[in-house]
Amino acid sequence: MKALRNYIDKIKPNFEKGGKLEKWQSVFDSFETFLYVLGDTAPKKGAHIRDAIDMKRVMSVVVIALVPALLFGMWNVGEFHFLSLGEDASFMEKFGHGFIRVIPLVLVSYIAGLGTEFVFVYIKGHEIEEGFLVSGLLIPLILPVDVPLWMVALATIFAVIFGKEVFGGTGMNIVNPALLTRAFLFFAYPSKMSGDTIWVSGLSGGEGVVDGFSGATPLASAAAGAMDKLPSTMDMFMGYLPGSIGETSVLAILIGAAILLFTGVGSWKIMLSVFAGGFAMALILNVFAADTNPYMALPAYQHLLLGGFAFGAVFMATDPVTGAQTETGKWIYGFLIGFIAIIVRVVNPAYPEGVMMAILLMNVFAPLIDHYVIQSNIKKRLKRAKA
Amino acid sequence: MSKVIKIKKGLDIHLKGRAEKVLVDLGISANYAVKPTDFEGLTPKLMVKAGHEVKIGTPLFYDKYKPEILFTSPVSGTVSEINRGERRRILEVIIKADEKSEYEAFTKANPKDLQKDEIKENILKSGLWPAIRQRPYAIIANPSDTPISIFISGFDSAPLAPDYEFALNDDMNDFQTGVDALKKITDGNVNLILHQELNAGGLFKSVKNVEFHEFSGPHPASTIGVQINNIKALNKGEIVWYVNPIDVAKIGKLFNEGIFDSTKIIALTGSEVKMPQYFKITDGADLLSIVRDNVKSGDVRYISGNVLTGEKLEKTNFLSYYDYQLTIIPEGNQPEFLGWGTPGFGKFSMTRTFFSWLNPKKEMTLDSNLHGGERPFVVTGEFEKVFPMDIYPMQLLKAIIIEDIDLMEQLGIYEVAEEDFALCEVINTSKIEIQKLVRQGINVMIKEFS
Repeated sequence: MKALRNYIDKIKPNFEKGGKLEKWQSVFDSFETFLYVLGDTAPKKGAHIRDAIDMKRVMSVVVIALVPALLFGMWNVGEFHFLSLGEDASFMEKFGHGFIRVIPLVLVSYIAGLGTEFVFVYIKGHEIEEGFLVSGLLIPLILPVDVPLWMVALATIFAVIFGKEVFGGTGMNIVNPALLTRAFLFFAYPSKMSGDTIWVSGLSGGEGVVDGFSGATPLASAAAGAMDKLPSTMDMFMGYLPGSIGETSVLAILIGAAILLFTGVGSWKIMLSVFAGGFAMALILNVFAADTNPYMALPAYQHLLLGGFAFGAVFMATDPVTGAQTETGKWIYGFLIGFIAIIVRVVNPAYPEGVMMAILLMNVFAPLIDHYVIQSNIKKRLKRAKA
Repeated sequence: MSKVIKIKKGLDIHLKGRAEKVLVDLGISANYAVKPTDFEGLTPKLMVKAGHEVKIGTPLFYDKYKPEILFTSPVSGTVSEINRGERRRILEVIIKADEKSEYEAFTKANPKDLQKDEIKENILKSGLWPAIRQRPYAIIANPSDTPISIFISGFDSAPLAPDYEFALNDDMNDFQTGVDALKKITDGNVNLILHQELNAGGLFKSVKNVEFHEFSGPHPASTIGVQINNIKALNKGEIVWYVNPIDVAKIGKLFNEGIFDSTKIIALTGSEVKMPQYFKITDGADLLSIVRDNVKSGDVRYISGNVLTGEKLEKTNFLSYYDYQLTIIPEGNQPEFLGWGTPGFGKFSMTRTFFSWLNPKKEMTLDSNLHGGERPFVVTGEFEKVFPMDIYPMQLLKAIIIEDIDLMEQLGIYEVAEEDFALCEVINTSKIEIQKLVRQGINVMIKEFS
């Protein structure tokens, strides 16, 4: 370790002002601060002790919280692959197949995203902002397993540039970059992002399918009125169904949620209110359910277990930058996400899933919600002054 | 006493090195300094030159824009040096102390028998006026104003802060006189704020002529901004004055004995102090004369004040005017390999992202490391956990960054000062210099209305 430190100290002058590689200073800094928490001390005046937390720590906690969903997703990819072939396979064979299918997506997302980030690090001359450490893992988890890798790369680069860097980088973006990646693919390549064949590994490639197997997601089945094809509540909770890689298992997502909430990194207000909003809307639909649309009668709790609802509530809506920033605003923001997600899901036949749309929409409206929350504080202050 | 005001949002940081309640009188050392830089926004005009003989209470300089505010010598002796910085800005007026301890004479009278203006004049002439500060802005009070009330906090809830009940134990007679004097220069009350646990000794219970308020809960319960905001929030145009209780006793002594008492009791604290305890010193003493060899070896940081709001000084520098505490902690200037990825059993964090949550009450040794690089605001809701005021902290800070004067006013800039935001700076994930930012915002407002 000492040798590494010495080596860094040796090459460091090259990157400092006046050094021959000074243009690469921000890139060098990014790597150095990754390897070492620097010996920078508090300024002369101000707080002399600081919380050990930094952006890297926050982001790594979120990455850890995503791991259960990632691991389950890998197994689930293998499970449905062999199910579609009608073959028996061991746990390790299933997991191994999923691993081989999922890892390239993860790698492509990180390489494309971080590569783009480093271009901006070089241009801006500011060391890397850690936001993409999370986005890079979120992106593969919200994609169908059979999506072509070049599309993932293209969409990721698009999202990092137009979703984040043009606004000034992490902390300044308006919409969630990971969701923007998915939205880009959804609208640019709809045939690769929806349908009944993309959710199961190998299916879109035309590999053999056993009789009676359908690769349709439960939401697609429900939208088609095929309520008898829905899995059991237990399967929904465990995640034993086709879908985007990381979204299926509510159990794995809840483990992640527990990590986020216990460490204090995620907002419980947003998570709770998304579920509350979704539940409320589903109950309202239940009341108006008619025989012509059996989907409306889907029990409210099942809505929360299906599709990307739980994943969106725990990992997407809670993004502090794109969400509401006031504590009161967080309640409203979360509730509306859940509420709108279920409306889109059930009422709009063009979109089997509404969570992505709902979160992106509310990302855009979050500043407005905050504006009204803050205005009430301002009005209170003015009123107090007059009294 | 009225109902207890419970502060729920806040954080007590448990540090090693609390001062033991033992008082050592340090007497007079060689050199003392009065530093114009201790006073926010002050433009000093010198009244002495090197070589001038001064007594305790002899004016050294005054405020260029409010010439009646005098800054006086804490010791008798000779002005030895005027230290200047860039653009000849006066940094320190240094006085070489003699053995005589001669005092200038000021009015000795019961404040109850004096007029408002006579009281003000006596405090101004003695050099005690700078101890009276005002909100908004946290600057020296303007003598021509009349505040709606005066606040005295009988406790300090900052880490390792001195216990005022211990420091003032023998001075309650002077404290009462000081209160009586202050009562005369406000139209409203003199508010004495006590804390359920930190004032358990009950020293202040018998004080008369004050309105008591009781607080409970963690820091920042003792910052004046938080106290005002939780009792009756400050409106635009209103002015509140506040004085440290130790200075209240000095004002009392001025009227009781007719002298400027420049001694004060301070706490020497922090993990790097061998024997943390209380010392009786004279204003403007150099750190070396207080610390001597009572410090552990290694690279240490001397802080005049507490770890939240203090100022880093060299040991040859002089203690700052408003500080009643000297803290010594380790310098955290060593890089840590993958420091952000360690389990962190001994690391301090308000979040539970490090395993130190297993042992929350443990007294810690914390160094001055920043633990990360500066970033834009990303994490939300963290300030709200340590900011017990009806104000949106992050939005106010953003208004300061864009220098939007109207928005700053609307979001409550008049109600805050650096110290109210100190904990926000400590726990901020993005490592932004928040206290500096708050001062920038306040200075923009002062400039706008001057």
